Amino acid sequence: MTEKVLLTSSDIERALIRIAHEIVERNKGAKNIAFVGIKTRGVPLAQRLAGIIQDMEKVEIPVGSLDITLYRDDVSSLNFKHVVQQTNVPFDITDRQVVLVDDVFYTGRSIRSALDALIDLGRPETIQLAVLIDRGHRELPIRADFVGKNIPTARNEEIKVFLKETDGTDKVAVVSVEGENNELK
Amino acid sequence: MSLSEVKQGTAGQETLPSLSIDLWHHRHVLDLDDFTREEIDLVFEIADGMVEVLSRDVKKLPTLRGKTIATMFFEPSTRTRASFELAAKYLGADTVGLDAVRSSVAKGESLIDSLRTLQALEVDAIIIRHPCSGAPYIAAEHLETSIINAGDGCHAHPSQGLLDMYTLRRKLGDLKGCRIVIVGDIMHSRVARSNIWGTRGLGIKLVLCAPPALMPHGMAAMLEKCGLQHVSIEPDINNALQDADVVMPLRLQKERQQSGLIASIREYIRLYQVNNERLKRAQPGVIVMHPGPINEGIEVSRDVAYSSYSVIEQQVTNGVAVRMALLYLIAGGKSR
Repeated sequence: MTEKVLLTSSDIERALIRIAHEIVERNKGAKNIAFVGIKTRGVPLAQRLAGIIQDMEKVEIPVGSLDITLYRDDVSSLNFKHVVQQTNVPFDITDRQVVLVDDVFYTGRSIRSALDALIDLGRPETIQLAVLIDRGHRELPIRADFVGKNIPTARNEEIKVFLKETDGTDKVAVVSVEGENNELK
Repeated sequence: MSLSEVKQGTAGQETLPSLSIDLWHHRHVLDLDDFTREEIDLVFEIADGMVEVLSRDVKKLPTLRGKTIATMFFEPSTRTRASFELAAKYLGADTVGLDAVRSSVAKGESLIDSLRTLQALEVDAIIIRHPCSGAPYIAAEHLETSIINAGDGCHAHPSQGLLDMYTLRRKLGDLKGCRIVIVGDIMHSRVARSNIWGTRGLGIKLVLCAPPALMPHGMAAMLEKCGLQHVSIEPDINNALQDADVVMPLRLQKERQQSGLIASIREYIRLYQVNNERLKRAQPGVIVMHPGPINEGIEVSRDVAYSSYSVIEQQVTNGVAVRMALLYLIAGGKSR
């Protein structure tokens, strides 16, 4: 198993600042924007993006957190291994520009679940997707609106995102697992 | 909504899930005696997520879509059955309900045959209530399908035990040092028995208070034998209620009083009713729980049952969340 660091703490910070600017530009301001982070690491990323935009635009940006466990499409499969966590979206998402935030964009299945979970909470005007890493290998017709970094990967590689809030440090690394082909999720 | 409200409500510090689902080892839920502390914590953690779902306008999830949950009730029930059925429906499962009076049981079909029929219909879990203690165990022995005990005779009612502890945890946080008093017909109470197991290992002091005739013979010896040192017996209600943090009066089961275990209901009220006068001995802010259905004015006075310290309605709501968590753990995933 070899680990290679792809993004350092300052790389992550620069990527988030750029994405924040793109979000404000695309939405012509930040008045009606709300962030919803996908648990676990999408949530601190959403909070950071909201913080950057708040400083920039001097408006308050609500942030929620979404647990997608109950919406996953693999609950009936043999190796379902997910503890349900609490969703906390303490504002009405109806008629807002909601930006979903996740750390790694891979098959697209988590985002599919997140869209279902979000739509159960209301009817946003738009839903946009911001991700820190896009590693490819989509299995569904879903794309991201804002990407921190595109990292082409093999399926037997694993992208590990570390964030200060959850892991004590900020970095993104790729880990390749030898001897396993295409089995790793 | 004002900005300050939004700010106050923003998602707090993110933590990774503290428990792994690998801790869960049950195919059936029969009683809490074989539940580990971690398993109970896992149920509660998942129930927290379900409470949020229950607060939504639309409480419908796709989680167990395509699964079928059967309820089989050989005894009358309002809240437990409705609670389990709603839990299954909110999770997206289909439900089929059999009650003994209207099913082939009335034609003399045996318990096992009825259950085998349900199994042949490929239901994913069977929720069973039966007047005979141990009936769900027989079912679990004969069937591949998961069995959830919704009350068997005087033996066990595990989902009630879980929702009682869950309600207290939401209300009080840490339960260490908490004095819980269960008052009434301990003899016939499966709720009391499941709570004895459910309160293990939490630092709770559980006090059982009953007229001597309604306390099972050999209770003290049984507690000792099972190593349940957190439970004590106190026949005098005034001593029992002294400094109590939580009081749970049990329903006086009138249908089980034909044999004259108590002299009269009036005497029971005089000696054992939980009322405002008696609660003065308890801690200020004492919490009153009741597994329902309530005999108003018998085991608990009306003003106490509907007072601000009663959590009886929260118990009902939390019951749905806890049962959703159980069904998620039992019916989610293929049989493991």
